[in-house]
Amino acid sequence: MSALETKNRNELFTPEIRAEIDHEIAKYPEAESQSAAMAALRIVQDANGGWLTQERMDEVAAYLDLPPIAIYEVATFYSMYEHKPVGRNKLCVCTNISCMINNSDQIVEHLNNRLGIKFGEVTEDGRFSLKEVECLGACGGAPMMQVGRKYYENLTPERLDSILDELE
Amino acid sequence: MANEVIFKNRDLDRLWDIEQYRSRGGYEVLTRILTEKTPPAEIIDGMKTSGLRGRGGAGFPTGLKWSFINRSAPGDKYLVCNSDEGEPGTFKDRDILRYNPHALVEGMLIASYVIDAHRAYNYIRGEFWEPYERFQNAIDQARAAGFVGNNILGSGFDCELNVHLGGGAYVCGEETALLESIEGKKGQPRYKPPFPAHVGLYGRPTVINNTETLASVPTILREGAEQFRDIGVENSGGSKLFSISGHVKNPGVFELPMGTPFSELFELAGGMRDGSKIKAVIPGGSSSPVIPGEIMMDLTMDYDAIAKAGSMLGSGAVIVMDESTCMVKVLDRMGYFYYEESCGQCTPCREGTGWLYRIVHRIENGQGRPEDIDLLMDVQNRIRGKTICALGDAAAMPVAGMLRYYQDEFQYHIDHKKCKVGAGT
Repeated sequence: MSALETKNRNELFTPEIRAEIDHEIAKYPEAESQSAAMAALRIVQDANGGWLTQERMDEVAAYLDLPPIAIYEVATFYSMYEHKPVGRNKLCVCTNISCMINNSDQIVEHLNNRLGIKFGEVTEDGRFSLKEVECLGACGGAPMMQVGRKYYENLTPERLDSILDELE
Repeated sequence: MANEVIFKNRDLDRLWDIEQYRSRGGYEVLTRILTEKTPPAEIIDGMKTSGLRGRGGAGFPTGLKWSFINRSAPGDKYLVCNSDEGEPGTFKDRDILRYNPHALVEGMLIASYVIDAHRAYNYIRGEFWEPYERFQNAIDQARAAGFVGNNILGSGFDCELNVHLGGGAYVCGEETALLESIEGKKGQPRYKPPFPAHVGLYGRPTVINNTETLASVPTILREGAEQFRDIGVENSGGSKLFSISGHVKNPGVFELPMGTPFSELFELAGGMRDGSKIKAVIPGGSSSPVIPGEIMMDLTMDYDAIAKAGSMLGSGAVIVMDESTCMVKVLDRMGYFYYEESCGQCTPCREGTGWLYRIVHRIENGQGRPEDIDLLMDVQNRIRGKTICALGDAAAMPVAGMLRYYQDEFQYHIDHKKCKVGAGT
């Protein structure tokens, strides 16, 4: 932290990331830039291969002029922030009620077998990681999963195979 | 379908574009209100007459909520829309954001005018990227058309509209947790009182309404409050979006008059899939107690009817389960959900949800003990009414509901260390 304190705000992140974060800060009243903490973490995580390190979190804190603990609290409370490396494609599979009674177990099993990984793990080539998630609000298309920003609904093992083939 | 409010114009192929929205009267109400400077009290009266109740689950009368704001008090006021749709089984707000985002933009601007808020936020759950993009695009289009920003349509009324994306936390659907989250903090609910109408976002007076609630506003004011009210039934005005999922043939979102018989909704969803038989229905999201199928078939979909049957209309999320469904397994999964999502602030919820989950989980896995059913009832009872927010109750109520109707399945699991239902474990 001490090293960061002496850093100029403009030395943190790339100009593109700074512009994105500044755009978020502008959404809120002056003196309420803490409101941009969640967005800043998301932006920094996306630029960091999909996960956060303590260094990155400290930088977010310094950029928003907040104590690091304020950022750690947020980064560990919300499930979309990652604290370990993830695959280039993070497969988030819903197993909540509507998906469960529509055979999400079968989807999970198929992914386990095909990728050789369980929830919380990453394939050796770094291409995929697997995450169990709670209801994503797409129960009409159960079973479903999210990869990156996209929802894939009405999954079957066959459909899953063609989806995976297309993900780099 | 007749009587639609939010999905009325879904026949248009690009309703999310402002031209198409405007082609059916979109932004006319906002324009009229701002040009005529309609007294806010008049709009609130209209909302009260309409009988619209909060569509997020709690069913609080919208007009009454708006009337709590002291419009003439100095300083900032805020309008917040709750698009943190996360109650398991609910997927209606996602469709509003994707297919009719301008109705929500217009509704948010009208509500902001009524309470004199110059900043409004839509809190959209972080996973909803595609719906977020649709909604953001709608804001941008509305801004270009002069409906968002400073001095809207030359009226002197300013209003900025922005999106705040969530980060994955069910509890943020609770309104005060949501406010904490917009402030950039952990989403832990606040004590009430003070209520958000007095101390809300950044400590300022704030109204928080659900997506569906706000998206209904323009049509209600355009077509008449009485007309909206009369679509529904006594105490449940208007139409409602029902998300129906599970073992039905055609799951989806249907907009129907309040008070529609469940059997009609069920029919619209194509009935059961593959000729299976209906066993049970969760009528209003996973927090609402389960109701056996044969009882459900005689109920109507409105606040009073579902409450009389011992459950809740909630968010209108209907999960239909067929005879192959093991209720122990269902409760096991639900228990895990609430355990996972408890924010940890109140001891009865933090510890109690863990107890509930572990007990049901061991019953499901053939390790149930003879005293477990009594223990479950005891634990759920010790959570109810003893927490800051409703998440504790939401975790407890389904347990009591399951045991009310399906205790024999739990007993069977305990006695025989296996499932009574063929397809279960």
